[in-house]
Amino acid sequence: MSTMAPAPTEHPAGQAAQRRTSGRLSRGGRLWLYALAVLVALSLARVVTGADDLTSAGTLRAAIIAAIPIALAGLGGLWSERAGVVNIGLEGMMILGTLGAGYYTYYQGVWIGLLGAIMFGAIGGALHALATVVFAVDHIVSGVAINIIAAGVAAFLAEVFFADLAGGGATQSPSLAQPPSITVPGIAGWSDDLADRGWFVVSDLAGLVNALTADVSSFTVLALALIAGTGWVLWHTGFGLRLRSCGEAPTSAETLGINVYRYKFVAVTVSGMFAGFGGCYLALVASSGYANGQTGGRGYIGLAAMIFGNWSPGGLLSGSLLFGFTEGARLRSGGESVHALLLVVALGLLVLAGWQIWKGHRTAAVLSAAVGAAALWWYLVTDTIPGDFTEMTPYVTTLLVLALASQRLRMPAADGQRYRRGQAG
Amino acid sequence: MTALRRGVLALAAPVLAFVVAAVVTSVVLLGTGDSPAEFWQVLLTVPAGRNIVNMVNFAAILYLSGLAAAIGFRMNLFNIGVEGQYRVATFAGALFAGQAFLPGALNTVASVLVAMAAGAAWAGIAGVLRVTRGVSEVISTIMLNAIALSLVAYLLRRVGNRIGQTIETDEIPSNAWVPGFSLVPGETAELYGLALLAVVAGVGFAVVLNRTRFGFELRATGYSESAAIASGVDVKRMVLYSMLLSGAVAGLIGMPELFGASHAYGSTIQTGIGFTGIAVALLGRNTPLGIAVGALIFAYLAQQASPLGITAGISPEIILVTQGVVVLSVVIAYEVVSRYRSRLEQSAVAAALEAERRHEEVAA
Amino acid sequence: MSRTTAAPAGRLAVSLHRIGKRFPGVVANHDVSFEVRQGTVHALVGENGAGKSTLMKILYGVHKPDEGTIEINAERVSFSSPTDAIGHGVGMVFQHFQLADNLTVLENVVLGAEKRHGIADAARAEIGRISTAYGFELDPDELVETLGVGERQRVEILKVLYRGASIIILDEPTAVLVPQEVEALFANLRELKREGNTLIFISHKLDEVLAIADEITVLRRGTSVATVLPGEVTSHDLAELMVGAELPSPSTEESTVTDDVILDVAGLTVSDAHGRPELADVSCTIRAGEVLGIAGVEGNGQTELVEAILGIRKALAGTITLAGADVSTWGTRRRRAAGVGYIPEDRQRHGLLLDAPLWENRVLGHQTRAPSSRGIWLDRRGARADAQRIVTDYDVRTPGIDTAARALSGGNQQKFIVGREMSGEPVLLVASHPTRGVDVGAQAAIWDHIRAARRRGLAVLLISADLDELIGLSDSIRVILRGRLVGEFDPQTVTPQQLGSAMTGASERTEEPV
Repeated sequence: MSTMAPAPTEHPAGQAAQRRTSGRLSRGGRLWLYALAVLVALSLARVVTGADDLTSAGTLRAAIIAAIPIALAGLGGLWSERAGVVNIGLEGMMILGTLGAGYYTYYQGVWIGLLGAIMFGAIGGALHALATVVFAVDHIVSGVAINIIAAGVAAFLAEVFFADLAGGGATQSPSLAQPPSITVPGIAGWSDDLADRGWFVVSDLAGLVNALTADVSSFTVLALALIAGTGWVLWHTGFGLRLRSCGEAPTSAETLGINVYRYKFVAVTVSGMFAGFGGCYLALVASSGYANGQTGGRGYIGLAAMIFGNWSPGGLLSGSLLFGFTEGARLRSGGESVHALLLVVALGLLVLAGWQIWKGHRTAAVLSAAVGAAALWWYLVTDTIPGDFTEMTPYVTTLLVLALASQRLRMPAADGQRYRRGQAG
Repeated sequence: MTALRRGVLALAAPVLAFVVAAVVTSVVLLGTGDSPAEFWQVLLTVPAGRNIVNMVNFAAILYLSGLAAAIGFRMNLFNIGVEGQYRVATFAGALFAGQAFLPGALNTVASVLVAMAAGAAWAGIAGVLRVTRGVSEVISTIMLNAIALSLVAYLLRRVGNRIGQTIETDEIPSNAWVPGFSLVPGETAELYGLALLAVVAGVGFAVVLNRTRFGFELRATGYSESAAIASGVDVKRMVLYSMLLSGAVAGLIGMPELFGASHAYGSTIQTGIGFTGIAVALLGRNTPLGIAVGALIFAYLAQQASPLGITAGISPEIILVTQGVVVLSVVIAYEVVSRYRSRLEQSAVAAALEAERRHEEVAA
Repeated sequence: MSRTTAAPAGRLAVSLHRIGKRFPGVVANHDVSFEVRQGTVHALVGENGAGKSTLMKILYGVHKPDEGTIEINAERVSFSSPTDAIGHGVGMVFQHFQLADNLTVLENVVLGAEKRHGIADAARAEIGRISTAYGFELDPDELVETLGVGERQRVEILKVLYRGASIIILDEPTAVLVPQEVEALFANLRELKREGNTLIFISHKLDEVLAIADEITVLRRGTSVATVLPGEVTSHDLAELMVGAELPSPSTEESTVTDDVILDVAGLTVSDAHGRPELADVSCTIRAGEVLGIAGVEGNGQTELVEAILGIRKALAGTITLAGADVSTWGTRRRRAAGVGYIPEDRQRHGLLLDAPLWENRVLGHQTRAPSSRGIWLDRRGARADAQRIVTDYDVRTPGIDTAARALSGGNQQKFIVGREMSGEPVLLVASHPTRGVDVGAQAAIWDHIRAARRRGLAVLLISADLDELIGLSDSIRVILRGRLVGEFDPQTVTPQQLGSAMTGASERTEEPV
């Protein structure tokens, strides 16, 4: 005797497909909306707190300069993780980049300096690739080891290279040449005027335009081109498809005759090259030369930007701009701007808490509300923020960003997997 | 597999790593116009009695640092924040001891506990972030390192005393100091009394890891998180406990030096120990004994390298290169050796079973 | 169901001569020889571990043979990678689908073959053409993640056809399909054969093999034993060739079901991270001495059910009662300590610490109780002694208890796990695909142990894709479909066809109550 119950008719797969297509359509639109919201919020904060420098062209320019090294590190992380290899060693590769830039620029000028930095970064990347791809060492352990080596190599070679040079020392290079800047003739002029007017939103926007068109380093343009180029290569070419398949399903790629080892090796080495470029930018554009420890954790912040950006070039750029802005504001007017930012963060968190309650995530909402309230209280109770605390800004921001990042992040399916050939089927 | 073979395999990786590091270091020196021969000469001179004592002291400190990192590494939890935890803890311990709320030895004991608690709390932040929000502990501990440096600097400025160029916390009263003891007869330099904490911690680590249920679950999570979950291990709780424990041990790192020599936390505190500890842990394969050997070797290298600048005109930073290359080579070598060992074992199993089957066929 | 009686004529598409392959510690193939004629379906049968998959991987270029030669279309070849094989028109559809979930159908198909039609519109058109020609009904821009099992298999076949393969190897293609889907697949295969393609079909399901194949080669213990025509043999003959000894048959015996309810699941509901229901309102009861079998196509909620009962996954609603106590809020550790044994579906990921010695694996899952622990302390001696006992009682072939679990064969690993889970007098055993990937001898042993424990009053929840196993071991069978339990069957009277219909929800007739 058998019994039957009516079979369920819903098909969860179909719903997922629907959700996916509707998500794709409005994503571009949603990004513009967020950008506008951020601009309005900052403008509001500027007007309310009187921190006029918060959105000035100077600050925004500093923000871009601070953002690019992070973005380049994040880009390196992207290339590596899209191929399935976690690259914690970006910091070390960036350090090697600063060293290479310092050495080669002093003797041969900025463009050879750039090549030198990229080469040094590539060496670091190749080492990581050797350990993780060829020997299948745990990715994080290898990355940590690379960082240790890089720090030691840089400290040692800095003394060898620079100690005897005029203007230099055991821990820093002499002042170095800067790469050429670009200024767009017409726009730079009137945007500068408009920015000085102090009008709500309009002036802030003008400040942004000015920062993008006046005195822009050629390295910045190059970096932005590379970010766009990465998007095109990885998603619109056969090479990029194969590389991504190594990070999503390496055994599948193997069965289709793809040499997974080769793609991973290339990806990780390229990742080192980008980190090297980031280091070069740091040394030549953001600073006036090489100095021990100048990377200050940007390699890791770049990874955070990449995670925040959901492993996409556009996302990682916005994440980098976020970090860059906090850094730029801090550098320009220290305590005052960071103090104003505190208000923005506080209000933003409280708004987030409200949205989370509406969505039903109660514990997350309580957390956001608590931190937001604490930030608001701190803002109201103080006038400015002491130097030691403003120093922490990028690191605290990183923690906040990672803690609050949505659960809907999707990393490459085989990211971090120790891959060995012949496991298919 | 025979015990001898197992022993040889266990040593093969580190020995190989040191050979590679030696070669690379020599090549780098040649490349920069320095003399490898002079380097090796300085490095391999028999250390004076005073240097031996310093070496053992430093080794004890490195041991604690390595242990702190290893607790996490055993379950694939990467606590790179030992440096920050060590600073926060040492500051807290020194501050507490300096206030002398309690008399004499009680003060010492309480301060050590305060330091451990502070270290645990700082590490706990990363643990909580990982457990509740899934934030990678690698990034969060590194961020916390940087935050710790700024935070401690700020607090030191607020509560410390300016002495010449440096700022220090209040000096710990002399009745709370821990006396050292003589290691090498005839030498005035002494081994820190609290260096023994390293031994205690090491034994504790070995016992907990291999003989307790908690230790088993920790190692199981490191072997295979999915199998551990299926076996009933609450991985989230494990992550938290592990981070707290790791931070607590990190809190011990500064104690021998604090109570044995400096007696205050100052801006001249030794930096970088947290990172060297990670290297030592990796070199020692996260085992109590391995870390001890690693700590001794790294302490030896650091001690022997300091006169390099004066006697051979070589920047002592070269030793950092050596250390770094050792770490990378050893992790690669461990991987290669362990795979080889696995293959050997599989062949041995197959051979044994084949022999058994043949024996059965004959008997049947 | 037709069986050809005349040997098919024609050119040789594939010819294997004395192929041999060794891995560390194991001889996968030795002295394998057979020929495949063009335009035929050639089946390769053998039990688990007979070397079929390895042999086909050699043909596809994943491994290089240590001995022997391969000829494709009468030309001697030597493949060093799948690219070479693809270049000679050989394609392989793996048993475990090799698809990237986060990529679209188009991306999965063109991967590695981007030069053929690019990666954009031309490729899209070609995929559409193949899909329409064979009736696959696949949308190139859909993410593979959203596809069902049958659709994914069609993507795999499409991949192979896209590359111009004319010799197609299918490794256990029906392992994840229900009888109705198998027929649909066979229709596709016959269409492919009509177009002149050559198909090599690996299976251990003898009825299906006899239905579709033109010629059958039997592998046993790594070597080819015989090549026969389906018209000349029965499935029993084939089975004997495969095993060379008496077949174990799951047989029924006197009922041991008592009245004590051990497990009572009521209204269990589980959803995933996005709120989609994976289990909806599931209720069932298992008594002491009863084996409840759950049949279903992979991915219909079996894994979620097992994980919810063990406490690995949180339930949204519903209660679970174990021997009268409400364990719904208990963690995994507490449930296991209360007497729940677990034989996991994936032993390497959930049942063993591969790099740890066998005696430490004895402790796994039982670290809160004797003989493995005393309070907070690990009882090494107790664990070692008991590990030895398991090795002896359950015939686990290993040189010793210090050997790493990784070194044991699949069957022995599984026997050890069964022995471990049966220790400590469990009241409930959750067995998920307990004999998957296990050789026939070990399978029979495991079935015997389960039956013996059932006689002693153990309640068993058995999840399996092997319908014969379910029918043979269970006292009652329920079917799970899209997260709900949809049917209840008596193993004495049910047929695989009835189960298959229930498993796909494709039942058109209404059952009449008996």
